Amino acid sequence: MAGKTIFDKIWDAHVVEQIEDGPSVVYIDQHLIHEVTSPQAFAGLDARGLKVFRTNRTVATPDHNVPTIDQDKPIRDELSRFQVDKLTENCQKHGVTLYGLNHPYQGIVHVVGPQLGITQPGMTIVCGDSHTSTHGAFGSVAFGIGTSEVEMVLATQCLMQSKAKRMRITVDGELGEGVGAKDIILYIISKITASGGTGYFVEYAGSAFRNLSMEGRMTVCNMSIEMGARGGLIAPDETTFEYIRGREFAPKGADFDAAVAKWRELYTDADAVFDAELHFDAADIEPMITYGTNPGMGIKITANVPALNEIEESNRTSFAKSLDYMGLVPGERLLGKTVDYVFVGSCTNGRIEDLRAVAEFVKGKQKADNITAWIVPGSKQVEKQAQEEGLVAIFEAAGFQLRQPGCSACLGMNEDKIPKGKYAVSTSNRNFEGRQGPGARTMLASPITAAAVAVTGKIVDPRDFN
Amino acid sequence: MAREKFHLVHSSAVPVHIENVDTDQIIPARFLKATTRDGFGENLFRDWRYDSNNQPIADFVLNNPRYSGDILVSGKNFGCGSSREHAAWAITDYGFKVVVSSFFADIFKNNALNNGLLPVQVSDEFLAHIFSAIEADHQTTFTVNLETQTFTIDATGASFNFEINSYKKECMLNGYDDIDYLLNMKDKIAKFEQSRA
Ligand code: SF4
Repeated sequence: MAGKTIFDKIWDAHVVEQIEDGPSVVYIDQHLIHEVTSPQAFAGLDARGLKVFRTNRTVATPDHNVPTIDQDKPIRDELSRFQVDKLTENCQKHGVTLYGLNHPYQGIVHVVGPQLGITQPGMTIVCGDSHTSTHGAFGSVAFGIGTSEVEMVLATQCLMQSKAKRMRITVDGELGEGVGAKDIILYIISKITASGGTGYFVEYAGSAFRNLSMEGRMTVCNMSIEMGARGGLIAPDETTFEYIRGREFAPKGADFDAAVAKWRELYTDADAVFDAELHFDAADIEPMITYGTNPGMGIKITANVPALNEIEESNRTSFAKSLDYMGLVPGERLLGKTVDYVFVGSCTNGRIEDLRAVAEFVKGKQKADNITAWIVPGSKQVEKQAQEEGLVAIFEAAGFQLRQPGCSACLGMNEDKIPKGKYAVSTSNRNFEGRQGPGARTMLASPITAAAVAVTGKIVDPRDFN
Repeated sequence: MAREKFHLVHSSAVPVHIENVDTDQIIPARFLKATTRDGFGENLFRDWRYDSNNQPIADFVLNNPRYSGDILVSGKNFGCGSSREHAAWAITDYGFKVVVSSFFADIFKNNALNNGLLPVQVSDEFLAHIFSAIEADHQTTFTVNLETQTFTIDATGASFNFEINSYKKECMLNGYDDIDYLLNMKDKIAKFEQSRA
């Protein structure tokens, strides 16, 4: 019998029941919830007269629609306030742990889980949010679910899911100067398209990923969903174990050693077979940026927007529509193009390493006059660290606006919206039409690229500064 | 809670001839502040449907009185992006029972099925036939038969056999919910937990 992939090992260990010619009933180790996708699920529980089945496996924090200024004051937007209050009310009623606004642990769910040591290898983790794939960086099976499924997990700690197919994406080699985790994943998605991973659970393998920090790995796994994949994961190794060691909810002492011994079993067997395998060379990857309205529409920052004849005929209408929205023309060069906003934040790149990278770049420099630059830490802990390490002072001196933790301009649910027609270079994960506000024109890039754009006011190759 | 049973839909269709329709387009994030499942239909495709002054955009298909029906037809990779189930709620609340595309994003497909909305995946070629049929006659009808898993262009009789796993099919036909199934196996779930402890 062929060996197993990590995905198989974790999945199979969590199947409570296999329905014939149907989905598996899968046990969920950790459930994360937030204010936007949970109220209807709690309402469903209430309608059935049910309680949360396993409160110790559920953690909640508001992130999507919270304001990022004056968090200590009541939320001004009535609907947002109501939704956040509803989360508090539901958690109190059901005895679920909540890191509410102003709690030192509050933040974007996918930043909070890993940094508290809640996210651990070998787990099944779900959340009513597609970027739950972030947690796969630890060698866990983590994926986003809809609200009906949130209700199922609250009620039974289980889900019904068909097992995804397996894909392995291997990237070997050394990354060039100025190229980071965000560039790797934008590069992969530009190669396989925004739907190329649909139906698959992806394992990222090869030296390019092994050499990444945990935070870099999270950036990669985070964007798995942007190629349509159910999730993405990376086998845990020493980097993983060291990251987890000592964190609040991580096992301690002998328990930690025992856990690590188990986590070491989480690798793909040499004779395991994948349904699809892709290979890329790290040396081919350069700083990336997107020009269109899905994350697959990315190019090297030095390249031109594709010309019409480079696009497959059947895709030309969508391509033209997309460029029209972006205010770009086919074949246009992006370098030198004026930008209006820079957003550094989100569950893709709102962690301390991202803030450090940006701070290092902008230290002693000033943002360009035409740029509004927002830095939104992924969590209260990131915010605190940024203060303690002196990053905040650097940002302020450079003219950046530091905001309080939340999803912010990543999805423009609160006031942090990019105005219509304005260009934003964003470290988030989606450049969909209207994602950052109605009519907003988003270009996705790495934190370093965003920093370089902020100081020049234009699209610029971050390597030009070395 | 039992849902309406799904058997046969016989109806004209509304064509949204766009690829990669993501859930931010189906229902923009700023409309996700509700705490109930109702009323999302009003904001279905909001930013394609209304301009910034809330005036209907005439050339968007939902504003064109020539098109109506229970079936939404769209380009490939429908429902990509966010996991928001609000997308499925918006589509059903607007009144659609079936959504047809040549490719669906995974999470959207699950969300649709969990809300009694049937995602019918056809080939690129067949999808093109559907769009042409609507173009030729905007009131042309289609028959969606879940029992036989067929999608038929009534005018030509051309038919496509779509796939759905047999468990999900039973659920749709009988109006069952996954949660009912899971609630019935709580003891087994508790035993599973003990076996791992
Ligand atoms: S930061 Fe953006 S992508 Fe991440 S959870 Fe929040 S809204 Fe979703």
